[in-house]
Amino acid sequence: MKRLLIKGGRVIDPASGIDGIFNVYAVGGKIAAVKPHVQTPDSGPQSDDWDIIDAAGLIVCPGFIDMHTHLREPGYEYKETIQTGTMAAAAGGFTSVACMANTNPVNDNASVTRYILKKAAEEAVVKVFPVGAISKELKGEMLAEIGELKEAGCVAISDDGRPVISSALMRLALEYAKPFGLLVISHSEDIGLAADGVMNEGLISTKLGLKGIPNAKEDIMVARDIALAELTGARLHIAHISTKGAVELVRNAKQRGVNVTAEVTPHHFTLTDEAVVGYNTNTKMNPPLRTKDDIDAIKIGLQDGTIDAVVTDHAPQSIDEKDVEFDNAANGIVGLETALPLLLRLVSEGVISLSALIEKLSANPAKLLRLGGKGKLRVGADADITVIDLNKEWVVDAKNLKSKSRNTPFDGWKMKGRVVKTIVRGKVVYEW
Amino acid sequence: MVKKKSIIDEKGIERALTRIAHEIIEKNRGAEDIILLGIPTRGVHIAKRLRDILKSIENINLPVGSLDATLYRDDIGMKHDQPILKETDIPVPIDNKKIIIVDDVLFTGRTIRAAMNVIMDFGRPSSIHLAVLIDRGHRELPIRPDYVGKNVPTSTQETIKVHLKETDGIDEVVVGTDNEA
Amino acid sequence: MRLKRKDILTIEDLDRDEIGLILSTAESFKEVSDREIKKVPTLRGRTIINLFYEASTRTRTSFEIAAKRMSADAINISASSSSVVKGETLKDTAKNLEAMNPDCIVLRHPSSGTPQILSRLLRCSVINAGDGAHEHPSQALLDLLTVKQRFGKINGLKVAIVGDIAHSRVARSNIYGFIKLGARVSVAGPPTMMPSGIDKMGCGVCYNVEDAILDADVIMMLRIQLERQNGCLFPTAREYSRLFGLDSKKLEKAKKDVVILHPGPINRGIEISSDVADGEYSLILNQVKNGVAVRMALFYLLLGGSRE
Repeated sequence: MKRLLIKGGRVIDPASGIDGIFNVYAVGGKIAAVKPHVQTPDSGPQSDDWDIIDAAGLIVCPGFIDMHTHLREPGYEYKETIQTGTMAAAAGGFTSVACMANTNPVNDNASVTRYILKKAAEEAVVKVFPVGAISKELKGEMLAEIGELKEAGCVAISDDGRPVISSALMRLALEYAKPFGLLVISHSEDIGLAADGVMNEGLISTKLGLKGIPNAKEDIMVARDIALAELTGARLHIAHISTKGAVELVRNAKQRGVNVTAEVTPHHFTLTDEAVVGYNTNTKMNPPLRTKDDIDAIKIGLQDGTIDAVVTDHAPQSIDEKDVEFDNAANGIVGLETALPLLLRLVSEGVISLSALIEKLSANPAKLLRLGGKGKLRVGADADITVIDLNKEWVVDAKNLKSKSRNTPFDGWKMKGRVVKTIVRGKVVYEW
Repeated sequence: MVKKKSIIDEKGIERALTRIAHEIIEKNRGAEDIILLGIPTRGVHIAKRLRDILKSIENINLPVGSLDATLYRDDIGMKHDQPILKETDIPVPIDNKKIIIVDDVLFTGRTIRAAMNVIMDFGRPSSIHLAVLIDRGHRELPIRPDYVGKNVPTSTQETIKVHLKETDGIDEVVVGTDNEA
Repeated sequence: MRLKRKDILTIEDLDRDEIGLILSTAESFKEVSDREIKKVPTLRGRTIINLFYEASTRTRTSFEIAAKRMSADAINISASSSSVVKGETLKDTAKNLEAMNPDCIVLRHPSSGTPQILSRLLRCSVINAGDGAHEHPSQALLDLLTVKQRFGKINGLKVAIVGDIAHSRVARSNIYGFIKLGARVSVAGPPTMMPSGIDKMGCGVCYNVEDAILDADVIMMLRIQLERQNGCLFPTAREYSRLFGLDSKKLEKAKKDVVILHPGPINRGIEISSDVADGEYSLILNQVKNGVAVRMALFYLLLGGSRE
């Protein structure tokens, strides 16, 4: 039986309130013990019985869970596959990813879910949790077979990439998902408002002559979805929040007791619309990069708990879809491998504590998606562990990403802090 | 170190231009149908002075134009910096007229070649003559002036500068020697 | 003095001195178009490709005439006749054209920023002949030249730009150009045609055309793109014309020596009435004439030097 000891690291496990120098023991893919580290020559098990990782000076925490990833398989294997996507996840410290339903065919029925899980079982490097579609073919017309999606293994439902335009259908989805305990993840935008927008609306879009997307496009739909969550009592989760207004709407709703949660991506609080100057198509995404005002609001939202989770919205696109006119370029960026150092900036800026950050990357997503045994280092939990060197300096080189795609606006960025080991069920799947 | 020596003064320039004016009249049997076209910048001023002298002699007011040959140069695209364009203003039709190109210094002859091409694109003059204040030699093309103020044999290291009151506040011709060259 | 750049992409990028050099060079080129033989040998052996992804008669013809008057070989490629319709990407088209070793590509494209993207891919010069709602630098330069010829200066003038500012690349380039040369610019039109943050670009904003033209030295009327509006940004062409169009009645309140510009093609009776377009204040045809000179100057300044 596989036995692993991670020795002498600073263990941070927000789920159990641990932050100190501990040894973590894993046996059979499960956490066997977390014991205070004692510096004696013969303490602990002998090396021939155990694989020992010396984590002195490193952070040891629950493996990250990305509740918003696009693995592109089936259908868009030229952008990413379950294999390459999960390799990228491992390189970013993610031990679980929830993959969105906008594949081809759409993950709107159990057979697609089973296909994804079968491929994942064969090729994935980290654990894959499919997210099912809300509506058939993401068309926003009829409900997908949500019950069967759940049975097949989906952990949430979302039409991500598209909003559910019909309020009636969104209401049905929220109501119908309730007994299955499925989280409904809303890609909130009022499509009709600035349908052809390609970046944030403001001075920069005006100067660049690009069609703008006002904050109201997101705010309107977030307000609607919150009203529907209030009406139905279902669990609503706002995907990739980007505006000040949406943060405020979620905060107010939470205060009223509405069952709503929210997530944010690193790029939405790292870059502003000024990054679009020069027309780098790797700054094109939906929702678009916003302004400093929005970033400030998002940071407060992270601080006060309005925003529950940090996600990557990892959206691989091939070079042919990005190396075109800005208007014609596909939305999205790859995010799995650059997330952590961007997030650590929040810690060094003093926005949130390292522990709170880890919570939003592990315990909270596990709770939202109801992933038992994930997101914590308690005895009996899955031995999904991420080891971080906070001081490691490195430079992002898009060419060297594990992802099949290279669409990152952070190419050439100097980063501080990186994942040095990613462990899934007691097995090291990535090493720096 | 750059040494400079004035070789012709105001009087000398005046005498040279007066002589050229007389030669023009002699060679053309009067001043009828003549158009003076100066190469900017100083050639234009010299052309205007010649016009004034010719007027005092022959009592005829000759048209004076400005002829910038930059666009016809043979070194366009070879120099790092494009030359700054100057004015081309040919005030009257030139067909069957006697053109006199006027410049301050004649050197390689390339500018004059370019200037003649400009003229040909404007029409068909009956003749083209060339008047220069200074001929410093070193021709690279088969071009010879018809009227010369003064022949000044120079080495290629030397520079020749014509200063005119209109542009430089003083009338003189200066030879410079760059010892480090 | 030399234009130290490979491309002309925006007016925003150009500084005062560069604009000054282009205008004075264009001034010298005007005379060439008045000659009997309207051609100089300057760019003999140079190849200029006009790559137009959008319909254009005036701008394309102007660039073509400019190139030909400089003795360059000018080739026109329009989207409808090229492999664009066969689904070739911009990058492939550009790379294929470059393989034929042109010296300059003049690009008109409906997507903003495409000239910038193209210029990063290509070694040859790129001139932006209008990109989306972004910029149209040669148009602004010819407008500046036209106004400078009339007033002898730009500094201190008041310029009113009227119409669909939001969708106008001409407006953006002219806002940058006139402000850089010291003019005061105000934009006017219905709020639906005012882009977000326009007031932060250094120009005044008003919604009333009479107010905008009251003390203006220059009135620039923009083309209303009826084909683009779908009646969305204003209720009807009739109402637009009455409230925001320029006619002789509105012009009565303007300065006596005001001049009127329009980038063309004009919608007679919509943004400008025929009597005004053809009237004494109109410099519309001077603009067209200056367009050739400005484009000759751009070719000369970009291609007249040696290639490093």
